[in-house]
Amino acid sequence: MPIFESLSDRLQDVFSSLGRKGHLTEEDVNNAMREVRMALLEADVNLKVAKAFINRVKTRAVGAEVQKSLQPAQQVIKIVNEELIATLGEPGTLNLAGPTPRVIMLVGLQGSGKTTTAAKLALYLRRDGRKPFLVAADTYRPAAVEQLIVNAKQIQVPYYEEGTSAPPPDICERGVEAARQAGATVVIIDTAGRLQIDENLMAELEAIKACTNPAEILLVADAMTGQEAVNIAQGFNERLGITGLILTKVDGDARGGAAISMREVTGVPIKFMGVGEKLDAFEQFHPDRLASRILGMGDMLTLIEQAEQLYDEKEAKRLEERLMKNQFTLEDFLDQIQKIKRMGSIGKILDMVPGMGRLRKQMNIDDQVAQDRLKRIEAIIYSMTPKERNNPKILNASRKKRIAAGSGTTVQDINELLKQYREMQKMIQQLKNGRMPNFPGMR
Amino acid sequence: MLRKGMAKTRASFFGRIAQTLGMGSDITDETWDQLEEIFLQADMGVPTTLALIERLQERARKERVSKTDQLNELVKDELKKLLVPPTPLNISGRPLSVIMIVGVNGSGKTTTIGKLARRMQLNNRKTIIAAGDTFRAAAIDQLKIWGERADIPVIAGQPGMDPGAIVYDAVEAARARKAEILIIDTAGRLHSNINLMQELKKISNVVKKVVPDAPHETLLVLDGTTGQNALNQAKKFREMVDVTGIIVTKLDSSAKGGMVFAIQQELGLPIHYIGIGESIFDLVPFDPERFVDSLFEGVDTTEEDENEE
Repeated sequence: MPIFESLSDRLQDVFSSLGRKGHLTEEDVNNAMREVRMALLEADVNLKVAKAFINRVKTRAVGAEVQKSLQPAQQVIKIVNEELIATLGEPGTLNLAGPTPRVIMLVGLQGSGKTTTAAKLALYLRRDGRKPFLVAADTYRPAAVEQLIVNAKQIQVPYYEEGTSAPPPDICERGVEAARQAGATVVIIDTAGRLQIDENLMAELEAIKACTNPAEILLVADAMTGQEAVNIAQGFNERLGITGLILTKVDGDARGGAAISMREVTGVPIKFMGVGEKLDAFEQFHPDRLASRILGMGDMLTLIEQAEQLYDEKEAKRLEERLMKNQFTLEDFLDQIQKIKRMGSIGKILDMVPGMGRLRKQMNIDDQVAQDRLKRIEAIIYSMTPKERNNPKILNASRKKRIAAGSGTTVQDINELLKQYREMQKMIQQLKNGRMPNFPGMR
Repeated sequence: MLRKGMAKTRASFFGRIAQTLGMGSDITDETWDQLEEIFLQADMGVPTTLALIERLQERARKERVSKTDQLNELVKDELKKLLVPPTPLNISGRPLSVIMIVGVNGSGKTTTIGKLARRMQLNNRKTIIAAGDTFRAAAIDQLKIWGERADIPVIAGQPGMDPGAIVYDAVEAARARKAEILIIDTAGRLHSNINLMQELKKISNVVKKVVPDAPHETLLVLDGTTGQNALNQAKKFREMVDVTGIIVTKLDSSAKGGMVFAIQQELGLPIHYIGIGESIFDLVPFDPERFVDSLFEGVDTTEEDENEE
């Protein structure tokens, strides 16, 4: 059993007794909202933020007409999803207009990823045609300055440091001056990690702000943060007036509800997210992707990310092209199955695919059975000729009989495999058209 | 240690409940709702919270507890039952004991190792540290500085080197110098990163090769501000390397660390230490009593934030 049932599965359960009807009644909505609340809390959305969110959804949902193409549960999910995306807001851009060098101050708790993010942001800005410059102002954590220097050298971005002996506000002031003289257009200040309740260290940030006049103060926050997200965001915002958020460690499997909490209590946009160990693993924020992750609506993205680790880029590109041209053959199917096997338990993978969580429960798929089935599919495909693998349409009765004999299976098994293959093709077609399978009209 | 300048609101929950409902008032639906909210806001998670409330309601019924002030003891009692009693680290009775430290990026592994090594040394245990994080820039330097502060030798290689090789060297060094305890730092890695998790397993296997029953303790360092993902972390790390216990860091924040209840319930892993500050002394043994009390400190039980302190 997955720890978290996806919201879509849960809502299907709520509405399954109701059948089809034209409008959502207040009772329908109330029942559904209980499930939404649970889903949000499981995704680490702050309790109070979740309450406010649900009130907004309720207002929209009661009396809403159920679209013809949708089930009531899907209608509710659609409203929740839209509201979630609206709450997460548009991805923010950096305010870099005005006299240079523009100063960006990075702040946050210990371990949220500021130093790494400073380097990632610098690289991002340089690729965007700017002239970034790094200032090492974390004089507290041992070797934090060295860490920034190593990263700066690696991405070949100029930097300023004074070791750990001077007060950080002084370092920052001189650092900005050094950046100006070096002709930099953007200065990124890496500050020490601190708790928002640490009076002295928060005062230090105010001093840095006062002497560097930053255009942006970005709170760097861990995507795995729990209920505390609200206090962190509020604490930093009240003292400093933050202008945006950067979400880190988004490549993990956290649901990322903290993003909603922080966005809701500060009102500032989420600007970027860190998505990997490498310094170029840094992207603009995508509200729609995070929304579906928070709702647990089939985390295709995690699946894709995990799969990506097993493919080299060239191979992935090749596969993508084949998918686009509808040339996805049984050979590819076999290749996928072998990769899936390396990714671990089938049950876990199924849980990540939209709609599959429920299907899995209904079908009572257990991992051993699933593994055995994969083995059988492998055996069948191995018993085919390359020509058959690349063009399954030529499989007639006699070919099937031969394959069955060769793989120790039955013709029925082979037909089942072909059916699955065709279904997978159909699903890919749906994804290609930008729709979530099982959720017509979702996007 | 004094935590200077930290303006923390530390109003007791039980005081607050009494304040909100009046001392000795009846337990109502609202009481249960408030308790539920406190548990959820402490990051205890939905399943743990619901199960706990259910048990409390049943006990209140059976033991005929109807007043809020009697409920307090019940709550504390049930919470403590959810926690695994602390056990001593398995680091005695052999010439060399090996502790491997694992966790996600930024959870506080390196800092924790500095503090942990200091504790070992204060107990007159000769300790050596292996700098197994060869990935993050300057992680080796960071560990060396902690080593200097605690006056403990750090065995390190070059950045980018195979961590297995360093671990191998460190075991040899520990034996040659007759150290009793070897603490191995590892690079932070997200538990969802298959390749890095497999690398971790490899490091653990290298240790096993040189010291057959090692690592004797594999401690997972969890960030106390983490939410429900902590359980995934604990599960995945345990799948790969045999995690034997937990250290929770950053509990000097206003975060409650309630996710450890679910971890202890589902995985039964003991919590050995908690990190409560930046100094080398700020790693203290886990005290369930104190931990349960702290869940209710500074909790806001009012609907909206109108009574700001």
